[in-house]
Amino acid sequence: MTAQIILSAKGVVKDLGHGAGMVRALKGVSLTLNAGELTLLMGPSGSGKTTLLSILGCILTPTLGNVTVGGESVKGLGPEGLADLRRRHIGFVFQSYNLFPTLNALENVRLALDVRGMHRQEAHVRAEKALRDVGLSHRLRNYPRNLSGGEQQRVAVARALAGTPSVILADEPTAALDSENGQAVMALLSQLAKDKSRAVLAVTHDSRTIPFADRIVRIEDGLIVGEERRTESRENISKIDVTRKRKAHV
Amino acid sequence: MVLTLALRNLFHDRIRLIVTLVGILFSIVLVAVQLGLYLGAKRMIVDMIDNAKGDIWITAFGAKSFEEGGVILTPRERHAALATPGVKAVVPLVVSFAEWRKPGGGSTNSVLVGTDPEDGGLKPWGVVEGEAASMAAPDAVLVDRSYLTDLGITGMGATAQIEQGRVRVRALTDGIRSFTQAPYVFTTANRARALLGIPRENSTFFLVQLQPRANIEAVRADLKSRLSGTEVLTKTEFRNRSLDQWLFSTGAGVALIGGAILGLIVGIVIVAQTLYSSTKDHLNEFATLRALGSSSGYIIKVILAQAAFSAILGYILGMSIAMVVVAFSVQTALPILMTPALAVFLFAITFGMCAISAVSAIVKVTKIDPAMVFSR
Ligand SMILES: Nc1ncnc2c1ncn2[C@@H]1O[C@H](COP(=O)(O)OP(=O)(O)O)[C@@H](O)[C@H]1O
Ligand SMILES: [Mg+2]
Repeated sequence: MTAQIILSAKGVVKDLGHGAGMVRALKGVSLTLNAGELTLLMGPSGSGKTTLLSILGCILTPTLGNVTVGGESVKGLGPEGLADLRRRHIGFVFQSYNLFPTLNALENVRLALDVRGMHRQEAHVRAEKALRDVGLSHRLRNYPRNLSGGEQQRVAVARALAGTPSVILADEPTAALDSENGQAVMALLSQLAKDKSRAVLAVTHDSRTIPFADRIVRIEDGLIVGEERRTESRENISKIDVTRKRKAHV
Repeated sequence: MVLTLALRNLFHDRIRLIVTLVGILFSIVLVAVQLGLYLGAKRMIVDMIDNAKGDIWITAFGAKSFEEGGVILTPRERHAALATPGVKAVVPLVVSFAEWRKPGGGSTNSVLVGTDPEDGGLKPWGVVEGEAASMAAPDAVLVDRSYLTDLGITGMGATAQIEQGRVRVRALTDGIRSFTQAPYVFTTANRARALLGIPRENSTFFLVQLQPRANIEAVRADLKSRLSGTEVLTKTEFRNRSLDQWLFSTGAGVALIGGAILGLIVGIVIVAQTLYSSTKDHLNEFATLRALGSSSGYIIKVILAQAAFSAILGYILGMSIAMVVVAFSVQTALPILMTPALAVFLFAITFGMCAISAVSAIVKVTKIDPAMVFSR
């Protein structure tokens, strides 16, 4: 059984910065995200994880190469076209949650739906359900400052989830959390990845997140250097496809 | 959610909100006072002309305003006017600056207005003590009670001297104010001539009343051809001429309008500054919104809503204070006039000011790079 490809990146090169400060953060990355899978993107600091996540999430466009989400290419899209693509396909979870401090949990989630032009009644129902799904039905009216880090991150997951995206991208979602809360958030993400119409990718440093993964992609210095897939039972990680791709820099 | 977010952003930083509101409030009060003074001045300047019943004014050549018409028209012009087809009546008015000698010594400038109310031309209005008809009584004059102190008298029955003649106050009006600060003093046309020491038949203006259905332009053209050495002006032309003279030749109007523009600029600068710094503070949230897929239009709406809420709050506060200033100004030499049209205009201006102020914030926000959400 081949899983449905939801997002694919081909030969992605990304230069960041200008002039003398220009850095080639990605040096030719190809990657696909499959429905029903939680992929972990691991690598040392500065290896290009966030840059890759931004490109997969249609926040940045590749300098070379292409990204397709749900069959739509990012080629030639301007800021508004990219925003539209994100709105329809992508949900984000950030390391520092990025909740709106002046909005309560429910409003934070509703905002993501309002941005999509959803009617307020329906948005309310959907937001409430998303918060229930992440186990926060008792915290609907709490403001971020009155929520623990773990709770805030779960609100952020609910916000990403509420828009029913086909891809959820999380940048170091557990980095700011203690181990227990980190585990809870990872469990939640792997739960969301069980949906057969959705792919989840999480950038992480933390080896304790490995047990939740279906697949682990390793990146170093702007290149994918390895990919491991766990068995169906998710019991141990079997190295089924380790490709050393360290070629000459593109 | 746009409105919710805008309101929360606004109330999130109370100090900034207060600065914004004070800026708008200051601006509105300043603009309201300046424009209100302008309207008040305008009303004072044209009140006499507006209250006179006449479609056409015949004046001496080069008459600059109601107060400066000269006293040189003669019955010859009056008869020529009366003989013009379409003319129903021609009412003489005698108007001149005159020296008012206070009973207790000293003198002040006044504007003597000689008019015979029974002619149906110009009748003193707003009589609050005595009667307009008492003007016919010997020595009678009629003044506005707001100028009693300036005229050095206490009220009804007071006597004074105009030029060389004795006069007695027989009635008081309320609300006939003078832009030149020389109080209007009403009396009959003949007594005015006598007080001014001019020939019995001379007049300052002839107020021409037309027959129903007469064509005002045709009659005017006809009058012009019959009368040499005079000017034949429509009511509107004469109003504008008086306004030109007092508001623009003297620079008073320019100063008032200039003050209003200055108020606007100050308001725009303050609001633009606070809105911009608020946007900067919330930039990360706007970038998050953008990452969540919001269009830039959505974010612009949030900023415009912030501007609009500021405008509404600032307007309410500003107008409340402006109304207090207006109320206090009623008894001063330069009353501020607040009309519904001015109130609506100020509301529009407040909105426009806040919209202009939003521009720099909007420019900032459209340049947001959503990638900044990751670089915290
Ligand atoms: N805006 C930028 N301008 C220039 N270089 C950048 C910029 N952002 C990131 N980089 C560089 O690109 C490389 C990859 O960065 P990043 O994707 O953030 O790595 P990671 O998330 O794996 O730590 C790093 O060397 C970083 O210094
Ligand atoms: Mg990173």
